[in-house]
Amino acid sequence: MSTTLLEAQGLTLRFGAIPALLDVSLDIAEGEVVAIVGESGSGKTTLLRVLSGLLHPDAGSVRWLGEDVHAMGEAARRRLMRTAWGFVHQNPRDGLRLDVSAGGNVGERLMAVGARHYGRIRAEALAWLAKVEIDAARIDDLPRTFSGGMQQRLQIARTLVTRPRLVFMDEPTGGLDVSVQARLLDLIRSLARELGLAVLIVTHDIAAARLLADRILVMWRGRVVEQGLTDRVLDDPQHPYTQLLVSSVLAA
Amino acid sequence: MNMMDGYNFAYLDEATKRMIRRAILKAVAIPGHQIPFGAREMPLPYGWGTGGIQVTASILGPGDTLKVIDQGSDDTTNAISIRRFFTRVAGVATTERTAEASIIQTRHRIPERPLREDQILVYQVPQPEPLYRLEPRRAETKRLHALADYGLMHVRLYEDIARLGHIAKAYDYPVMVNGRYLMSPSPIPAFDNPKMDRMPALQLFGAGREKRIYAIPPYTEVRSLDFEDHPFRPIRAPAACALCRSTDTYLDEVITDDAGGRMFVCSDTDFCAERRAAAAPQEAAE
Repeated sequence: MSTTLLEAQGLTLRFGAIPALLDVSLDIAEGEVVAIVGESGSGKTTLLRVLSGLLHPDAGSVRWLGEDVHAMGEAARRRLMRTAWGFVHQNPRDGLRLDVSAGGNVGERLMAVGARHYGRIRAEALAWLAKVEIDAARIDDLPRTFSGGMQQRLQIARTLVTRPRLVFMDEPTGGLDVSVQARLLDLIRSLARELGLAVLIVTHDIAAARLLADRILVMWRGRVVEQGLTDRVLDDPQHPYTQLLVSSVLAA
Repeated sequence: MNMMDGYNFAYLDEATKRMIRRAILKAVAIPGHQIPFGAREMPLPYGWGTGGIQVTASILGPGDTLKVIDQGSDDTTNAISIRRFFTRVAGVATTERTAEASIIQTRHRIPERPLREDQILVYQVPQPEPLYRLEPRRAETKRLHALADYGLMHVRLYEDIARLGHIAKAYDYPVMVNGRYLMSPSPIPAFDNPKMDRMPALQLFGAGREKRIYAIPPYTEVRSLDFEDHPFRPIRAPAACALCRSTDTYLDEVITDDAGGRMFVCSDTDFCAERRAAAAPQEAAE
């Protein structure tokens, strides 16, 4: 029996007259991969920002292991952000320090939680570069000399180095070409299985969702219109919007 | 008294001095924390010690003896100008001898002679924010200080070791004060950092352009950042002073001619002169 890590109830948030979230509830258990799909502007990224405590909802609550995320102090939330949680941004340039070497990027979270032994930090960084298939010889290179796919893999290494229990991913494969996307998805899937990570992944890529996710939530105009097991939702869509979404996927 | 007409004692008006003293009291209460204050225009350019001079003016009394050093030296333009300034506007006694001073205003050095409880060391600080080069947003650095989130500074040190094999910062080397606040010690050489730790004298830091005051109370722990396997090392030129033969003081390299001639001498001119004076009778006897 796996424990529920994150639990959201009745989240509502309006930007002026525009409802970004309307009564959204979800929960995610230990080791579970949940995908949030939907078109641009459906509230996916806003939901992720509310769940991770970056935005305050107008109504509703988010609980991490029973503790209200929005009620805890900023210090506690930041500690959560660099220990039990991870955040992978769509654009790796938002998640990386471009003027710091690859090794420094991976080591930052370790140093933020108190690692003070250079040799061990470096060994850990090397181990993680190997896990995300980046050549060890590039440990002292700046991320700006890396390709887009490598930057994204570096961002994943940097996020996972402190062994978080829950990782938020916002369109991690956005802006990458399909072969690079495939390798990245493969990597995320194997790391999630190996480390027993819970992953909350936002994507508009149905194929990525099918590949990675155990469960899927479909968002449309700020609401969750359908949710369930990935294959159930994608193979037997009930809501008209989900039907449209599934039928819009191009077959190669 | 030799006060100039139209000026208050020590140049600043009393209301300003009280405002600065309140900032100093707060700074002493929270060691290493930067306190904003309303820095005034001073009759010297920013970067010449406007912060230090305001702190000195606020704590100076008629009975004080002032010493001013610049790069360890008492006879450089900046040191002479500030000393002469306080002679004119406050009429206080000045000295070049560390032992005789009650207030020492400094730029770039801590005197070699250990300071006492009845002395105050005032630093001139160009940039009070230790995270300045790492995080450009001042609002964000304040948040990082509030949360004691200093991983970023260690990332910088990590980068130095990864690229150069050692921590390359030789001056303005970041320190943790009282185990809580990350602090810039002003551009003193890393060699001087250990002197700050548990110093009996009160240490005050004034940054005029940046409008910040911070402090280290007497006997406060000051630790230079480092890694367990790359410990902090105070760096000095591997030589002896050409004048007093000292091998444990901070040295300046002085170019003596156009043919590559050079010599190393103590940067602390007072300390060097005292050592030579103490050694002179012995040499005469030999």
